[in-house]
Amino acid sequence: MEFEPVIGLEIHAQLLTDTKIFCGCSAKFGAAPNTHTCPVCLGMPGVLPVLNRKVLEFMIKMALATNCAVNRECNFARKNYFYPDLPKGYQISQYALPPAEHGWVDVEFDGKQKRIGITRIHMEEDAGKLMHDEHNPASYVDLNRTGVPLIEIVSEPDIRSAEEAAAYLRRLHEILVYLEICDGNMEEGSFRCDANISLRPRGTEPFGTRAELKNMNSFRNVQRALEYEIKRQQYVLEGGGQVVQETRLWDDTAGVTHSMRGKEEAHDYRYFPDPDLVPIVIDDAWIEEVRKAQPELPLEKRERFMREYQIPAYDAGVLTTSRALADYYEEVVRLCGEPKIAANWVMGDILRFLNEEKRDIRECPIAPASLAGMIRLIQEGTISGKMAKEVSEAMYKSGKTPQAIIEEKGLVQITDEGALTKTISEIIGKNPTQVEQYRAGKDKVFGFFVGQAMKATQGKANPQMINDLLKKMLAG
Amino acid sequence: MENIKISQNEVNHVAHLARLEFGEQEKEKFTSQLNDILRYMDKLSEVDTAGVEPMTHAIAQKNAFRMDEVVGSLPPELALANAPESRGGCFQVPKVIE
Amino acid sequence: MELYELTIHELQDKLRTGETSSAEITASVFGRIDAVEKDIHAYITLMRETALAEATRADEAIRKGEIGALTGIPIALKDICCTKDVRTTCGSRILHNFIPPYDATVVEKLRAAGAVLTGKTNMDEFAMGSSTESSFFGATRNPWDLTRIPGGSSGGSSAAVAAGECIASLGSDTGGSIRQPAALCGVVGLKPTYGRVSRFGLIAFASSLDQIGPFTKDVEDCAILMNVIAGYDPRESTSVPEDVPDYRQFLRRGIEGWTVGIPKEYFIDGIDPEVEAAVRETIRVVEKAGAKCIEVSLPHTEYCLAVYYIVAPAEACSNLARYDGVKYGFRSEEGRDLMEMYKKSRAAGFGAEVKRRIMIGTYALSSGYYDAYYKKASQVRALIKRDFDEAFAKCDVILTPTTPTPAFRIGEKTGDPMQMYLSDIFTISTNLAGIPGISVPCGFTAAGLPIGVQFLAGHFQEGRLIQFASAYEKEAHLEKRRPRCHGI
Repeated sequence: MEFEPVIGLEIHAQLLTDTKIFCGCSAKFGAAPNTHTCPVCLGMPGVLPVLNRKVLEFMIKMALATNCAVNRECNFARKNYFYPDLPKGYQISQYALPPAEHGWVDVEFDGKQKRIGITRIHMEEDAGKLMHDEHNPASYVDLNRTGVPLIEIVSEPDIRSAEEAAAYLRRLHEILVYLEICDGNMEEGSFRCDANISLRPRGTEPFGTRAELKNMNSFRNVQRALEYEIKRQQYVLEGGGQVVQETRLWDDTAGVTHSMRGKEEAHDYRYFPDPDLVPIVIDDAWIEEVRKAQPELPLEKRERFMREYQIPAYDAGVLTTSRALADYYEEVVRLCGEPKIAANWVMGDILRFLNEEKRDIRECPIAPASLAGMIRLIQEGTISGKMAKEVSEAMYKSGKTPQAIIEEKGLVQITDEGALTKTISEIIGKNPTQVEQYRAGKDKVFGFFVGQAMKATQGKANPQMINDLLKKMLAG
Repeated sequence: MENIKISQNEVNHVAHLARLEFGEQEKEKFTSQLNDILRYMDKLSEVDTAGVEPMTHAIAQKNAFRMDEVVGSLPPELALANAPESRGGCFQVPKVIE
Repeated sequence: MELYELTIHELQDKLRTGETSSAEITASVFGRIDAVEKDIHAYITLMRETALAEATRADEAIRKGEIGALTGIPIALKDICCTKDVRTTCGSRILHNFIPPYDATVVEKLRAAGAVLTGKTNMDEFAMGSSTESSFFGATRNPWDLTRIPGGSSGGSSAAVAAGECIASLGSDTGGSIRQPAALCGVVGLKPTYGRVSRFGLIAFASSLDQIGPFTKDVEDCAILMNVIAGYDPRESTSVPEDVPDYRQFLRRGIEGWTVGIPKEYFIDGIDPEVEAAVRETIRVVEKAGAKCIEVSLPHTEYCLAVYYIVAPAEACSNLARYDGVKYGFRSEEGRDLMEMYKKSRAAGFGAEVKRRIMIGTYALSSGYYDAYYKKASQVRALIKRDFDEAFAKCDVILTPTTPTPAFRIGEKTGDPMQMYLSDIFTISTNLAGIPGISVPCGFTAAGLPIGVQFLAGHFQEGRLIQFASAYEKEAHLEKRRPRCHGI
C-alpha cells in the first residue's frame, strides 16, 4: 500500500518592532535576564495591555504578501493555561476571527512549482524563557521575551513531502525577511516551525491521524524530522497499527522523534474575547497605504531581473538572496549599464570578499558607484580585466574609488600603439633566435613574446593590442 | 432525580484546570454549592437570544493603539523584588519536566 | 465639630483662609483612627509617616498659594489600588506581601492634586463579596452598629468615611461594591460609567465591569473627587477619550421638569419594608423638587444576577490565573514540584469565595460549556443594556433602592453564597450595562441603620447624576447624625 504524507506547517515569526506588542519594553534579543520587563509584561496585578500599532501594520504587510483576505474586524482572545514562562496565566492571542485568511504562496522545488495554501495568520504575544538547572531541582524564568510580538502563520495541509515543506519554509522566510518584519533567525528563535503530519493511502481523501512535531530548530532539521516521521508512521501503518494523535519532539542528535505522551494532557484553553482589549477595525484606506508601501517581493524581483537584465535564473536567484544585495546590484547596473558584467562581478569577487570576512553586503566597502566605475573603465579599455582584479581588491581594502587607485598604482593600461610598437620592436630586436623559431612555424614561441611584452610593460599593456601588434610585426 | 449540574468528578477536573485543590469535606461542600449556583443559571435558558450579538464591552470602542516607541523598563532588581525565590536575575521555580 | 467630621469643601474653605492646616486636619484624622480603628477595622495598612510628610508639603504649597484640587486633604484608598512602595494586598493572603513598583493612575492623579494618602482600606478578597467578611485580614464593622457588616466589597473605604477615619476615599465597584456599602454606611458612593476612570493599577476582578469611584460625605465632595480621577488614560485600551466636565457646575442646579423612571421590577417582595418606605419617601421628595416620576420597565432585571455570576467569575478566573506563586505573592513551602506548588499556593492563598468564583468561571468557559454559559450570558447582557437604552429614552434618571435590606449582621449570610449574592440585585445591572450610578443616604431605620437610594443615568451622564443627587440632598434636609463607632 502506498501512503502519501499530508503535512501542514505552523510558523511563529517574531516581529522586528522596537517594542513589545502590549507594552513599551524593548523587544531586542539578547539582553541580560529580566532587564526588558515592566509591570505590564511581568503580569503584575492591575496592569493592562495596549496594542502596538506597528504590529498590526506588519501583520497587514504579511497578509498582503501572502495573498490573504484581510478581515476588516478582528479581536484578541485569551488562551488560558499555566506555565512559569506565562506570567498572566494566559496568552493574549487571536482565536475566532483572525485578521488574515485564505492566502497562498508559490514554492519551487525539484524544478516544479506548487501553490501552498495559508489558512490564517494572526497576532499574539511570545512567552518568556525557561531554563533548567542541571544539578538542582530548579528551573529559572527570564521574562524578557514575554510580550515580544509574534505572528502565527498556519498553512493548509497542502504539503506532500519533506522537501516541499522545506521549500515552503524557505519561501515564507524570504518573504518575511524581504518585508523587513522578521530577521528569520531560527537559531535565535525569531523564526520557529512546528509541523502536523499524517499519512493516508494514496488516492484517498480522508485525513489520517496526525502527530504534531516540535523542537525543529533549522530548515535541515525540519526536513529531517519530517522524513523520519513519514517513515515512522509508514512503519506503524504497514504493521497494521494506528498512529497515535500526540505531540512528538525531534531529537537532533539521535535523529528520531520522541513521544511526549504521558507528559502532555489535552489542553482546554477556555478561549474567550479579551475584555481588556477593544476590537480592531482595519479600513480600506489603511490597507491601500500598506499595499503602496509594500516592497517588491523576491519572486517578482527574480522574474524581473531575468526579464530586464537578461540574466539566467541561477544568477537572479543569487542576486536576490537579500533585498540589500539586489538593491546593490541594481544600483551598479544603473550606473554602468552592463547587467551581465555587473552580475559576474557582484556574484564573483564582491560576494567572495564579503564571505571571507563573513560580512553583509550592507557593510561592503566598495560603493556601487565604485564598482560601476571600474566596470566602465574596463569597457573603455583604460584597464584590462586582469588589472581590474587588482583594482577591485584594492577598492575593497581601502574603500577608495577606482580612479584613485589606478592613479596611485599607475595602473593605466597602455594602449598607445606607438609606444607598444616601440616596445615590441625592442623585444624582437633582442630575441632573434625566438623570432626565427616563430617564423619557422613554432607557434608556441608566440607566448614567449607575449610574456616579454607584458614584462616590459609591467603587465599594463592592453593584451589585445599586444597580440595584434606581435602578430603583425612578427610576420615580418 | 435531583438536577445535578456538576458531579464531583467534574469538580475535580475543573479544580485541576484552575490549579486548585480541595480537601474531601471542602470538595463536598463546594460541589453542593456550585450545583446550587449553576441550577440558578438555568434561568437564562428562558431568554430568547436568537440573533443577539454577545456583548463583551458595554461601551463600543475600537483601535486603541500605542506607538512603537521604547519606554524604560523596570530595573531588574525591581522586577524581581517581589519574587518568592530568585537566582541569577531569574525567577526560580521547582524544576519543570518537559 | 472636629476637623475629621468636615467635608472636603468645608476644609478647603478653612485651608484657604488659613483657619486650619493640613497638618492639623491630618492629625485630627489620625487621632480619630487611633480612637476607633480597633473597633471598626477599616484599614489594612496605615500610611501614617508618609501622610504626615505629605501634609507638611501640602501646607507649604498652600502657603505659596499653589493649591491643587485636593491639597492637604486626607484620602483613603481601597487596597485594590496599586500604590508604589506601599503594600497592596487586595484583601488576600496571596498578595499579603506584595509591594507594587508603580502607582495606579488614580493614585498618580490624587498625588498630583495634593491629596494626603492615609492608608489602604479593607475589602472582600479580590473584591468578591458584599460584606467585607471574606478579607484575609478580618472583617470591618459597620460604624453605625459594630455587630453588623459595612457592606462590600469596599467595606473599609465606606466605613472609614462614615467613621471619620478619612475625609473621603476611593473604592471599586464591579457589581455594587461602592454603592451597596455606601448605602449601608450612610455615605455617598458613585460608580462612574465604564471607561470614565482609569483601571490601570486597579487589581482586576472582572475587567468588563470594574470601575473605581469615590466615597464621600456629600454630593459636592463627590463632584470634587470625580473632577480629579475621571479622564482618558492611554495606558488602558478600554479608557474612553470623553472630555471631563467640571462636575461641580452641576451642583445646586435643580431638577425642575426632570422625568424620573421608577422601574417596576425593582420594587419586589423581599425588600425590607423600612427600606421601601424610605425610598418611596425619596420619590415624594424629588417630586417636591419639581421632578415627575413615571413607571418604566427593565424587563430583563430578573436575569441580571445569573448573567453577572457567569460573566464576572469567567473574567475573574482568568484575571486571577497570574497568582501562581512564581513572580510575587504567597508561595506554599509544601510544593514538591511545579504542579504542587501551583495548587498548594493557590489553595492556601485564596479564600473560599474566591475559589468558588474561580471554579464557576472556569466551568463556564470550559470546553462544551462556553456556549451555554458565557456566550448565552453575554447575549442576555446585551439585552439588559438595551433595556436601559430604551428606558433612558423616556426619562432623565432612574431611581431605585440601593439594597434590599439595611446592614445585616456579621456572619448572617456567610453560610449561603446565593443569599449573599442577592444583596446585589439592585446594583448589578448597572455594571452590566456600563452606566453610572450613585447611592445617596435617604434615611435611617428605626434601629438607626442607614438606608440608601440609588440614581442611575445614561453613559457619561455623571453630571446629570450629580445634579439630581445634589438637588435631592438639598430638598431632603436629612438630619445629620454621627455613628456610634464604640462598643457593641
